[in-house]
Amino acid sequence: MLPAPFAEVRTCKKLRGGLVWPKQMRKYRHVLGIGLQQSLTYRLNFLARALFGLIPLFAIISVWRTIYAGKDGVQVGTYTLAQMISYYLLTLVVDALTAVNEDDWQIAADIRDGNISQFLLKPMDYLWYRFALFTAGRVGYMAVAILPITLFILSLKSHFVLPANWETLGWFACSVVMTAMLQFFISYALAMLAFWVLEVSTFIFIVFAFEYIASGHLFPIDILPHGLQSVLMLTPFPYQLYFPVSIYMGKTAGADLARGLLIQLGWVVLAYAAARWAWRRGIKHYSAVGG
Amino acid sequence: MSDTRPTLSPIAPEQAPEGRGFFTRYFRVYAALWRNSVSREMIFKANFLLWIFVEILWFALQLGFIGVLYLHTETIGTWTKWEVVMLIGGSHFVQQVFQALFLINCTNLSEMVRLGKLDFLLVLPVNTRFVVSLRQVDLGAFVNAAFGAAVVVYAAAKLGLSPGIGQIAAFLVLCTAGILIHYSLMFLLASISFWTVRAQGIVWGYYNLFQVARMPDEAFRGLFRAFFTFAIPMLLVSNVPVRVLADKITSPASAGLMLGMTAACFLVSEWVWRTSLRRYTSASS
Repeated sequence: MLPAPFAEVRTCKKLRGGLVWPKQMRKYRHVLGIGLQQSLTYRLNFLARALFGLIPLFAIISVWRTIYAGKDGVQVGTYTLAQMISYYLLTLVVDALTAVNEDDWQIAADIRDGNISQFLLKPMDYLWYRFALFTAGRVGYMAVAILPITLFILSLKSHFVLPANWETLGWFACSVVMTAMLQFFISYALAMLAFWVLEVSTFIFIVFAFEYIASGHLFPIDILPHGLQSVLMLTPFPYQLYFPVSIYMGKTAGADLARGLLIQLGWVVLAYAAARWAWRRGIKHYSAVGG
Repeated sequence: MSDTRPTLSPIAPEQAPEGRGFFTRYFRVYAALWRNSVSREMIFKANFLLWIFVEILWFALQLGFIGVLYLHTETIGTWTKWEVVMLIGGSHFVQQVFQALFLINCTNLSEMVRLGKLDFLLVLPVNTRFVVSLRQVDLGAFVNAAFGAAVVVYAAAKLGLSPGIGQIAAFLVLCTAGILIHYSLMFLLASISFWTVRAQGIVWGYYNLFQVARMPDEAFRGLFRAFFTFAIPMLLVSNVPVRVLADKITSPASAGLMLGMTAACFLVSEWVWRTSLRRYTSASS
């Protein structure tokens, strides 16, 4: 029996002559399948990462519990203890679904080592190829991480708030998809730096540092002083994590929700344009190494 | 030849006491490793400086986080703002010195095992653990350790502390113990690479635990606290030295416990290393 992706390629040949769009999509579906297999090869690594990742999160939650205990249950900003804990649990979920794992390093390495040359010849777009691999990586990661994450949330379930209604959950899901796209396009655009510099990891880490604090990884950004908060909301970073979580928790609703989703969409389009632009500029500068 | 020996000058190296020859030899090997690392780092000067900048940025970020927490509270347990700043600085210091001396070497071990490069180190006439653990030095991390130390000093000034020589010495000894705990545990995890090729994920997983080390110990209770005190002593590594410096030590027992745990971690890692090394079969060739 053929392995799944090969079998898919074969069946695909039989289906020659479908609609133009689905046919275009089909090759990326294969990439998705291959990427999924690749990522599941590293399932033990994923599990180790998911488990170890829970420890610092639990530490932060413990610190907040101690703070609330010292304040006799007074709220921090607009957050009760249960809401604060839920915030961190939701960042865990959104992060597992949308965080760029090693895609940026791999893209940079592909450029540096000259592996992208083949994509200049193949009828396959490198950006969508990487996006398929990114999606596969996330699905693979979720498949492994869902168990520890679920158990962790269940162990704190008395502090876990559910969304107000199905509609909120739906908008949350929409926003999470856009978050994933935003994360990917920004990482892709950054990795394009590899056309000009040999070692891109420092640049990626610098941006990641800002992203880490401004996207709400460390704390919900609406507990910051008002001025700082409104400055941060002008950057794309909150739309990489904080925004979907705030939808889930009902902190962003009504007109704010509609406006926020539009701004998020705007950032996705802008990041996509930046990624395309950087690629085109890079290719002009590119001279394949090693062939 | 041997008859002529006694007539040689009494300070001839052959006649030096065994211990001294042993130490000078290892010192010279280590000096050579340092020279190597310096020339390696200087190949990519801009990169060297950029990495220092990245670390400073992340350190500032942690301090910023503490700043935000203390916008909303006066204390975490009994820890006040500047005490926690001192803790973050202290844990950064411990972590960076560990990183300078050991981190790359621990993470490289699994690659060396996988590719069979360990062969070259095994045949050297020095202790293998010595050369595996100390082969590369990350010089930038020393710069960052200095920033950590500077934050500790600044926080001490803000707290109005005037520690005596004894207190400072105790702080430094306990920091060394903390560095050795990090090293022993990470080396232990790196030894797993003799058993499975996927050890690198586990080794990097340990990196996450640094985040526990910089939290005030009073935030934790029950099983979590016991585990990270007696099994993986993350809550001792920087909390105990900083408590000593900040006059927050509750009893000398915790310093004793920390030194005991350091010895225990080192011995366990040595045992695991020896057991694992026996499994080494090199890579096919």
